[in-house]
Amino acid sequence: MKHHVVVDPITRIEGHLRIEAKTNDAGGIEHAYSSGTMVRGIELILKGRDPRDAWAFAQRICGVCTLVHGIASVRSVEDALKYKIPKNAQLIRNLMIAAQYVHDHVMHFYHLHALDWVDVVSALKADPKATSTLAQSISSYAKSSPGYFADVQKKVKTFVEQGQLGIFSNGFWGHSEYRLPPEANLMAVAHYLEALAWQRDVVKIHAIFGGKNPHPNFLVGGAPAPISTSPTGAAGGAAATTVNIVALDEVRSIIAKMQAFVEQVYIPDTLAIASFYKDWFKRGEGVGNFMTYGDFPEKGMDDPSSWLIPGGVILNRDLKRFEPVDLNDPSQVQEFVAHSWYDYGDGKNKGLHPYDGETNLNYTGPKPPFEHLETEKSYSWLKAPRWKGHVVEVGPLARVLMLYAKGHKPTQDIANYALKKLDLPLEAMFSTLGRTAARTLETKIIADQMQTWLSNLIANIKGGDVQVHNPERWNPSTWPKECKGVGFMEAPRGALAHWIVIKNGKIDNYQAVVPSTWNAGPRDPAGKPGPYEAALMDRHTLANPEQPLEIQRTIHSFDPCIACAVHVVDPNGDELMKIKVR
Amino acid sequence: MSDDRTLGEVMTSRGVSRRAFLKYASYLATAMALPASATSVIAQSLATARRQSVIWLSFQECTGCTESITRSYSPTLEDLIFDFISLDYHHTLMSVSGAAAEHAREQAMKDNKGKYIVIVDGSVPIKDGGIYSTIAGVTNEQMLKDTVKDAFAVVSVGTCAAFGGIPHANPNPTGAVAVSDIIKDKPIINIPGCPPIPEAMTGTIAYLLSFGKLPELDKLNRPLAFFGESIHDRCYRRPFYERGMFADSFDDEGARKGWCLYKVGCKGPIAYNACATLKWNGGISFPIQSGHGCLGCSEPNFWDKGSFYKPLAAATAGINAEVGAAAVVGAAIGATAAQIIKKRRQDVADRAIKKVEG
Repeated sequence: MKHHVVVDPITRIEGHLRIEAKTNDAGGIEHAYSSGTMVRGIELILKGRDPRDAWAFAQRICGVCTLVHGIASVRSVEDALKYKIPKNAQLIRNLMIAAQYVHDHVMHFYHLHALDWVDVVSALKADPKATSTLAQSISSYAKSSPGYFADVQKKVKTFVEQGQLGIFSNGFWGHSEYRLPPEANLMAVAHYLEALAWQRDVVKIHAIFGGKNPHPNFLVGGAPAPISTSPTGAAGGAAATTVNIVALDEVRSIIAKMQAFVEQVYIPDTLAIASFYKDWFKRGEGVGNFMTYGDFPEKGMDDPSSWLIPGGVILNRDLKRFEPVDLNDPSQVQEFVAHSWYDYGDGKNKGLHPYDGETNLNYTGPKPPFEHLETEKSYSWLKAPRWKGHVVEVGPLARVLMLYAKGHKPTQDIANYALKKLDLPLEAMFSTLGRTAARTLETKIIADQMQTWLSNLIANIKGGDVQVHNPERWNPSTWPKECKGVGFMEAPRGALAHWIVIKNGKIDNYQAVVPSTWNAGPRDPAGKPGPYEAALMDRHTLANPEQPLEIQRTIHSFDPCIACAVHVVDPNGDELMKIKVR
Repeated sequence: MSDDRTLGEVMTSRGVSRRAFLKYASYLATAMALPASATSVIAQSLATARRQSVIWLSFQECTGCTESITRSYSPTLEDLIFDFISLDYHHTLMSVSGAAAEHAREQAMKDNKGKYIVIVDGSVPIKDGGIYSTIAGVTNEQMLKDTVKDAFAVVSVGTCAAFGGIPHANPNPTGAVAVSDIIKDKPIINIPGCPPIPEAMTGTIAYLLSFGKLPELDKLNRPLAFFGESIHDRCYRRPFYERGMFADSFDDEGARKGWCLYKVGCKGPIAYNACATLKWNGGISFPIQSGHGCLGCSEPNFWDKGSFYKPLAAATAGINAEVGAAAVVGAAIGATAAQIIKKRRQDVADRAIKKVEG
């Protein structure tokens, strides 16, 4: 029987996403449609405001990848104003971005993705002693005794027997596609809880440099937190500011804790779980084109040779050729609205570069409450971004492929280690679990860089350089009457850029094209599906269309962030963004 | 299934000691500034309750509020969802997607009619029939009304749900409103902040479970325990403000010495929240301690009050004049407000205890 499967809400993601899939008689997905169902209009709200305030607004695009829009925003203003930031600020930003990666990726794996592969209820049948043996065979992580696993099992058992399943209610427990033995399930559930506790300490790095997390503070022209020059303040012996020698020592110990968890828990768990689902290394990639913008500068964003992650485009899975990306070239990055609830002045089939962006809202979907979207017409609040007309995937898989293909030794080492362990060829990376594994692998690569950045920061301070903010261009009276810039970064979910136009000290236009728009966007005028859609149409068969576990797996492998992806709206049609700046 | 077992029995069977439990109850009493006698009341109430059903609705939001609650050190989110509440619907955390998720919500409403708590994050867009945000094909407004119908109370977490927040900021493109603009017939607690302090959320939830009633609220429906005093009142840099010692720009000598950030735009004097006392992320810092002025994020319309880097009242006077005036006025108002609030909080706590005990 053919099925029209609707999954709305997609849970365990950020934001509001709906998937519709049409299957053949055997349950195979033939057509898939990805729809963002919520808008707020943050770019419109930004118009007319002080560019130095923009980061705070932009950051609220997303509280999961908190920080990334703040960083892209301050970089866009700094690019527009040709505003250099001090070395220390660069290092502090690197540390904060890296902490975000490690935090975000680990939480994604355990709290947003694991339950696609891990059957919580099956963990009740596990033998704690055998679980301990399993855990000790794959890792040196200290919490691995039979007693520890017995305690966790008891906690879950009591919970289940109480009859109030809470967040585990109505799960597809017992689904034929759950393939882990009970012991592996119990181990993963234990680490689900461990990771929740661990992440609280990781984000202290944001609190030290940015005052709090989620939504730490940033500053155009540098970093807000001065390096304390006075050991004690006026009140209660507290240091003058948080960033002092004690706090930097704390940062070092947190980084060590992060590295240990990644090495001893996250990587072994990823490989252990993946080894039971090796067929998922053969489906769920779909597009074959990958893009990175590049990030983690040692010296500054204007010196690409110093970036840890290089920028570029890989087409047709060809790891020998790289196309350069130019975010200012109007023919490269373009957004299309042929299947989105927007209109363009020159017709719905045109593509527009973000500097020329138009955002005329035009909802033509069914009146709520509705059963199905009109997928042959417009069906999403997401636009469809394309690079030179190509659909491209962004994110961990794109970055790992780029680093690997360009000969980055630590990436090649860890990727080869993982592939050997799983007995898989490099091509296996082009898949659902390849994407998930890439996220795990890059976490280690980035976590390992953090000690170096911290050491460089401490060395600068010891050498007498404590500057974190450059005051030169802070005052708007020093700004040109009109300027524009682009701020970009590699967010955990992929390539992110903000384009800003500043006129008379105010924001005249603001456009963000974000990772999940690249990945979750709808079809373009040529009918080419976006990466989510293409991935679902790549060899997916639903064992039980009433319980579409397979859809959850592949969608979650992208780590959707839909509040990021959908954020522009102009209900009046004419108020916003008819900008032609050259 | 042993549905009738009490939480106390369950916790005992899980091996949670009475001592650990009392310690938790005493933490809560301290965090909310309740008298010492509250500890036993809280412990007793929590131990005799089945896990409270909670339905968490997410509308026009960024998930920052959910991320924030995972950062709570005491009680932790995992303690909360395993031991005290049954989180029956929550987009970011629940295992199942689609129709099965919606059924879980409907089932929880049916099983706990009149007793469940609804937590909301995100604003609700009402313009153009609510088409700017739908879940399962239903508008946010409709889902909110349907879900709240049989609830015991509503908790709006984050400034978006409490006051409209960033979607509501000028020009409010989607007609975003606060929960309290739609729901008029249920008790509502607002826990604003962008995001709220995690312990303000978990503490308020635990209070609701303990006392079965709302904590004392200010006129904006915020729990006085967390929102009774301004950041400025409790700021460790307050002595510099009183002495007129200010950072004139970021990273200048004053900034490095930890002087007052008033002149670089700190909104601490008009922001009521517990950042300066509870602090963030295990108490390691808060925005001012890390060198950036307070954004005032727990206040209605804070997005539209002018630049974050403009000193308060900068529009009306030269910087020195205005700082001096504000210092005098600020100090007077601050002191009086603090006294009133302290008194009120004591009274509230006493009444709460009497009611629960008697």
